[in-house]
Amino acid sequence: MVDRQNEPLAEPVPDTVAATAKLTPYARSLGIKVGGMEGGLPLLTIEFSNIIEGRPGAFHGGATAGLLETAGYAALRTQLAADDREAILKPVNITVQYLAAGLPKPTYALGRITRLGRRSANVTVEAWQDDRERLIASAVMNIMIAEPE
Amino acid sequence: MTSKPVQFDPEAMCKMFSRGGHPGWLDLRYHDHGTNWVALELPWREDLLGEEDRLVLASGPIISLLDMASGMSIWTTAKAFEPVATLDLRVDYQRPAKEGSAVIGRAECYKVTRSAAFVRGIAHDGDPENPVATMAGVFMNIAKDPRKKQING
Repeated sequence: MVDRQNEPLAEPVPDTVAATAKLTPYARSLGIKVGGMEGGLPLLTIEFSNIIEGRPGAFHGGATAGLLETAGYAALRTQLAADDREAILKPVNITVQYLAAGLPKPTYALGRITRLGRRSANVTVEAWQDDRERLIASAVMNIMIAEPE
Repeated sequence: MTSKPVQFDPEAMCKMFSRGGHPGWLDLRYHDHGTNWVALELPWREDLLGEEDRLVLASGPIISLLDMASGMSIWTTAKAFEPVATLDLRVDYQRPAKEGSAVIGRAECYKVTRSAAFVRGIAHDGDPENPVATMAGVFMNIAKDPRKKQING
């Protein structure tokens, strides 16, 4: 595991390339990247491209859900690592609310840990484009946490 | 009304949708349909994995599969294409898909009102009695919104 003793107490400037490399193969091939940190949790970004397009000129609902879900797992993994917990995550469910069309613009997603217990976590995720206050979608995820054998 | 009603063909529409965009990237394929349901196939592919060390499809593409099957089940039920937007989509994961296995997404449109369509469905990897995931979704008909002029579908 990572030696955390020499880390500064302030929020470290993350190595976004290394953090992106830890995303799932699916997330990386869709073009999702870790762009930075906010409140200690990873802020994910994605550029609009043909492979995420549904209706012409708009995000496919499935691509939006994929971004939200990836941000939710990234937030939870980051929090578990910060707590020095090794864990295997098992998805239980995701509920996505579509609030506005995702337009061909850079898009951001950030997860927030609503509850983190020993065996389960509840994570809320928000996605937006140029206006942080105007969400294009949000999601709630339940995730089971198992300890490695 | 002198023109004959055009029969909505889910197989032809799936081929058209999967030529490009997100469904094309996922290579979503027509599998089967009935009067109010459509099943599509998401082929297994290495760059769609959910984990580095297990050959299991990620959940994101499974949501895309069910979202697309949902839209097609609405048009199949209505026997016409009308643009819809997903309002709310819930997916419950029962178990991981089998390693190296394609996933079938089957969505059924069980109720249509003037403004909304209600859909439920499952994702499975061979046996519909043993689903990988179940879903429920609500879609809004956006063609009927008088404030918006639809220029595309």
